[in-house]
Amino acid sequence: MSQFNYLNDLKSLATLDGPITRGPLQRWVKKSNNENHNPSMSTSFKNISNVNISTCNQSMQKMSISANQSCNNSVLSSNKTPNRNDNKKGKKTPSKNRTPGRSTTPTPNKASKTPNKADRFIPSRTNSNYDLCHYMMSRDDDKGEDVVAQTAAGEAIGRALSDAEPGRLLQYTCKAPAAPEGYQNRLRVVYSQAKVPSSVKNTTRYIPQAPDRILDAPDILDDYYLNLVDWSASNILAVALGSSVYLWNAGTGQIEQLLTLEGSETVCSVQWVQGGGSHLAVGTSSATVELWDCEKIKRLRVMDGHTGRVGSLAWNMYIVSSGARDGNIVHHDVRQRDHAVATITAHTQEICGLKWSPDGRHLASGGNDNLLNIWPIVQGHHYSQPQYLYSFNQHLAAVKGLAWCPWSSGILASGGGTADRTIRIWNVNTGANLNTVDTKSQVCSILWSTHYKELISGHGYANNQLVIWKYPLMSRVAELTGHMARVLHLALSPDGTTVLSAGADETLRLWKCFMLDPAKKKEPTDSKAAKSLLNLNSLIR
Amino acid sequence: MSQQQTKNCITLRGSAQIICEYLKFAINSVLFQRGLYPPETFKAEQQYGITLLLSEDPLIKSFLTNLLTQSEEWIVNKKVTKLSLIILNVANKEVLECWDFNVQYEDGDIELSKEKKETVGSKDLKKIQQEIRDVMLQVAATISYLPFLDCRCSFDVLIHAKTDCDIPEKWAEAEPVAIANAQNVQLKTFSTSLHKMETVVSYKLSD
Repeated sequence: MSQFNYLNDLKSLATLDGPITRGPLQRWVKKSNNENHNPSMSTSFKNISNVNISTCNQSMQKMSISANQSCNNSVLSSNKTPNRNDNKKGKKTPSKNRTPGRSTTPTPNKASKTPNKADRFIPSRTNSNYDLCHYMMSRDDDKGEDVVAQTAAGEAIGRALSDAEPGRLLQYTCKAPAAPEGYQNRLRVVYSQAKVPSSVKNTTRYIPQAPDRILDAPDILDDYYLNLVDWSASNILAVALGSSVYLWNAGTGQIEQLLTLEGSETVCSVQWVQGGGSHLAVGTSSATVELWDCEKIKRLRVMDGHTGRVGSLAWNMYIVSSGARDGNIVHHDVRQRDHAVATITAHTQEICGLKWSPDGRHLASGGNDNLLNIWPIVQGHHYSQPQYLYSFNQHLAAVKGLAWCPWSSGILASGGGTADRTIRIWNVNTGANLNTVDTKSQVCSILWSTHYKELISGHGYANNQLVIWKYPLMSRVAELTGHMARVLHLALSPDGTTVLSAGADETLRLWKCFMLDPAKKKEPTDSKAAKSLLNLNSLIR
Repeated sequence: MSQQQTKNCITLRGSAQIICEYLKFAINSVLFQRGLYPPETFKAEQQYGITLLLSEDPLIKSFLTNLLTQSEEWIVNKKVTKLSLIILNVANKEVLECWDFNVQYEDGDIELSKEKKETVGSKDLKKIQQEIRDVMLQVAATISYLPFLDCRCSFDVLIHAKTDCDIPEKWAEAEPVAIANAQNVQLKTFSTSLHKMETVVSYKLSD
């Protein structure tokens, strides 16, 4: 109710430590609201200009009447809370609803143009402060003006309204310089929904712009910090939806439910063992790592060691490393009774990215403390040392997207969150930052192609797209759009041709973006055919 | 940072230093996050366990140094109640955004103060830094709802001082500023047990 806004504001001023959620809407919400309104606004605006000219005299009289009406209306109904859009419309249409009958211009589709009819009466809501009026009226009458300042609430107002505060206002006379002439605020990308003018290079190969298949993923958690899909070498996709884990056989299309956690616990991460085994590690919100045999649908063991939810997992031979909200990495030897072989205080905040390099020599971890740490392996073992080799602090947001280059040892790609929006390429042998590219959008996940010298990254606002990058130039090869919400996770099929993207819009989309060139594909099959022919020949003789 | 911490004992001077250090990083963060100046003029630095960016522009640096040295003096003497970082449109001097840093004075650890015969606090420095880090992360997160600053901008800092505060050389009285149709968002608060810092951002609702 609009009249309570003022009271609520007072309350919120009086409480000092509040969550920031009390603040305004996130920009994307506002944007989507605006979008819905825009078409109707523009059309109504055109008509109104006509109306106003034709009924100028009448509108003056009607103004006073309508203003009264709207006063009553706004107190009665809640959906007329003054907001920006409404103000704007209100100003332009002082007498809209009263005049159409008399207007000379016909106004077709009138109803659709006035979503909030009552607001049309008010020239400007900013000037008529309803919530203040309500507050003043509902206040006890016997209290005078001076009493307000003495109450706690009054003090809060006094603090908020700096002008009323006694004391001196001072400034340093040697001012800081203004931004350089001609400088443009580069944050525009964060605010614009327009497509980024990208240098999408035409490649000779064909990349389908639409997904090959779309699967439903109901209740998939829209949480940036989790890792909820993984595709095994034996072509089975594990997906965590809420408190359950499902297995989708990509070859046959069969779906099997692996597990459901009890109570309100949720699955926070899944990771297949290397090399096509049937073992799946599952990280849970109750800070445990569970090990499952997916052939027998049987839980093998539960491993503890954390105090926060386990949002990231990585296998290295028989070691499964887990990163959790408590900032620790625990290396579990799944063969031993005392499974926790090493615990590392890796980050000061939640760990959201964790990947072992393909050669098993380095572990990369990314956290919500904006750090990317590289951990060297302990000689003769498969877990990492407690002291990092490098700690890269160049990212300006949480580091979730992590991927090791499959063909070049020691090359790592990492992507940062909303405040960062960059993909960085690192050489962990030298500690050098080889390349940095601004993606203009939150980076949620990164994968390397095994067939092409390319990377694919999943993004959030504004386009929720997947971008394919040419390595090492880092030029855009293609953009795949279709997700209605941010792309949270990516997984590559074992044959390396298909990328699976899991979006916050509760869909899984399969993109055949790394298909082998048919011309090139022929060669191996031809030689195979030739070989079999030879074999045949040898059999005949 | 290390000189004021002897067995969890924070002096008034040390606390003021913590406050001013926070102000330095907070103001620089705002300048960077809001895109006021070209990002290449900033340098990353590790502080409070996170990466923060500081302006390398010599003029901005000297402005902030002078401002904060003086402010520290005032905070020690309890002369300042609030510092306002205002962001202005260069073309028409309109105030687009205002970051209020409210300073409140607290008593600290009374028993320890009696013992030491000066006002001291006993809050753990790590705890304070953690609180500051939380505020800093919130400052960075504000870009998700603050409006786009689509013009050449400049900034200024106004000090709200007590009436008995002397005006030093190179300082002058300023006019109060107001933002039309303002929206306020309060961020987290932190305290050194001697000073409590409250950060509020007000911005102009676009029409």
